Amino acid sequence: MTRDGGRVRAREAFTPRRLRRSAWRRPGSGTVTLATPAVLIGALLVGAPLLLVIAYSFLSRASGGVGVDTPFTFDAWRRLVFEEDFQGELVFAPQYLQALWRSVWMAALTTFIAVVVAVPTAVWIATRTPRVRALLLLAVTIPFWTNTLIRTYAWMIMLNDQGVVNNTLRMLGLPPTALYPSVFATFIGLVYVFVPFMILPVYTSAMKFDYRLAEAAYDLGATRGRVVRRILLPSLRPGILAGSILVFIPCLGAFVQPTLLGGSKVDLIGTIIQRQFRDSMNWPFGAAISVALLCVTMMALLVFALGAKRLAAQGQRASLV
Amino acid sequence: MSPRRFVSLRSFPGFSGVGVCLLLFLYLPLLVVVVYSFNANSIATVWTGFSVRWFEQVFASEPIRQALWNSLTVAAWSTATAVVVAVLAAVGFIGMRRRSSRFALALISAPLILPEIVLAIALLSLFAWVHVPLGIPAMILAHAVVGLPFALLPIHSRLAGADWTQFEAAADLGADEWRIFRRVTLPMLQPAIVSGAMLCFIVSMDNFVMSFFTSGPGSTTLPLYIWGALRVGLTPEINALSSLILIASIAVLVASHLLSRKKA
Repeated sequence: MTRDGGRVRAREAFTPRRLRRSAWRRPGSGTVTLATPAVLIGALLVGAPLLLVIAYSFLSRASGGVGVDTPFTFDAWRRLVFEEDFQGELVFAPQYLQALWRSVWMAALTTFIAVVVAVPTAVWIATRTPRVRALLLLAVTIPFWTNTLIRTYAWMIMLNDQGVVNNTLRMLGLPPTALYPSVFATFIGLVYVFVPFMILPVYTSAMKFDYRLAEAAYDLGATRGRVVRRILLPSLRPGILAGSILVFIPCLGAFVQPTLLGGSKVDLIGTIIQRQFRDSMNWPFGAAISVALLCVTMMALLVFALGAKRLAAQGQRASLV
Repeated sequence: MSPRRFVSLRSFPGFSGVGVCLLLFLYLPLLVVVVYSFNANSIATVWTGFSVRWFEQVFASEPIRQALWNSLTVAAWSTATAVVVAVLAAVGFIGMRRRSSRFALALISAPLILPEIVLAIALLSLFAWVHVPLGIPAMILAHAVVGLPFALLPIHSRLAGADWTQFEAAADLGADEWRIFRRVTLPMLQPAIVSGAMLCFIVSMDNFVMSFFTSGPGSTTLPLYIWGALRVGLTPEINALSSLILIASIAVLVASHLLSRKKA
């Protein structure tokens, strides 16, 4: 015991907690004070405003429209589900819930399309020679950092009645179709703007893929389709999971694409929030819808966390950053 | 048994086709915007002939010059704020408990994950509550919040992967904390600071949603100007302006790519 005791004590002296409590600091490591501005920004400009939105959703509309007023009320939340009819009675009016559902559905479909096109692209890029790979990677990163508004606008020109797509149809002798503004155009815009967010994480996973596994599968008589399905796709799951979150959540709150490409035909959660805060000036109701959007976001993140946990159990690591 | 044919491990059927199509899909619309900005016709979508008059109009336009100036002002100030805060935080986080520094990092990185519109209206609500007037200062704050994670992540990861013996050696040789920060930490972080600042600046220049909700009278940035013009209708002038912005941002990205490759 005595022989071990000395060693145990020596080790205890260097537990992280003791080190932190002692006055000794590692050279070059700052004190907590240095992190204060960042922590303040996090608390006052990210945390507090989100809590404020929750508070606003329980207040009533200010007379001028900008801001909120004091009487505490559930009106905003009631309006999300009910509306008053001519007799002043509350009737079930699911128009906003439908818009919420439509947003979730559109975001999910966009994510699915992004997976379908991004997986082959990412694997294709990952299997090129290093020179070509760097070039292709730059090519998919450039749209990532170019102006979203301009990239959405580009599709207004493409899909216009006199636009490139319709002119091509005319040249081929096909009847031109009204493509914009429409739900279809909104989908194109969403996929176009957010697909790079899927390619990059899937590419990271594809770079880690061990091609000896594919070789082994071929040797054991697997067909190409089977190798893709049973060997390649399961190794790409961390990238697909992370990419899905990075596409799904921004799509959920998108309002540039539905406004510009969907016109008045596509009412999504983002366009409704925008209207409540800028045009109709009903901040409490806008806040209530935002909280609902935040709840869906949290659920998506929860699904991600559960998925990441399951992947971690199989030795794969999924991360958002 | 049928004879086995040779299969390339690094190619899968149809993948290259999808990849090429996706790249075309990504770049064709941008190309169309650039081509149409040389269109002589005053209706943005009907091609009649080659002309540079829309570019002349963009360069002569006073509102566009003002919008560019506003964009640059907001981007410069928000980038400076975010980078200084990020460097201090990265150094400070090391002295913090692992759990609290992780929590702080998650809170600061939240704008990367949350729907941008929610953060924008949350800040708008805050500014209304504490009576911060909407306009350039409010936009600088909003852009700094969005830019901070882009600045912090590269700096933080570089410091986390640092070789700590350098700092210890400096301390053993008698350098005080400030000297270590200036002579060891800052030079080591320099590439991460440059790339973080660049990301921050680009994010701010491109940002539309935060600006849309926190701008006031006279603080129109380039994306806000384009938005305003698009609500009225498609004009060739917007084509020309968009082309200029596209070419500028692609040039910056390609340049930074070439620079980083030269260094590596």
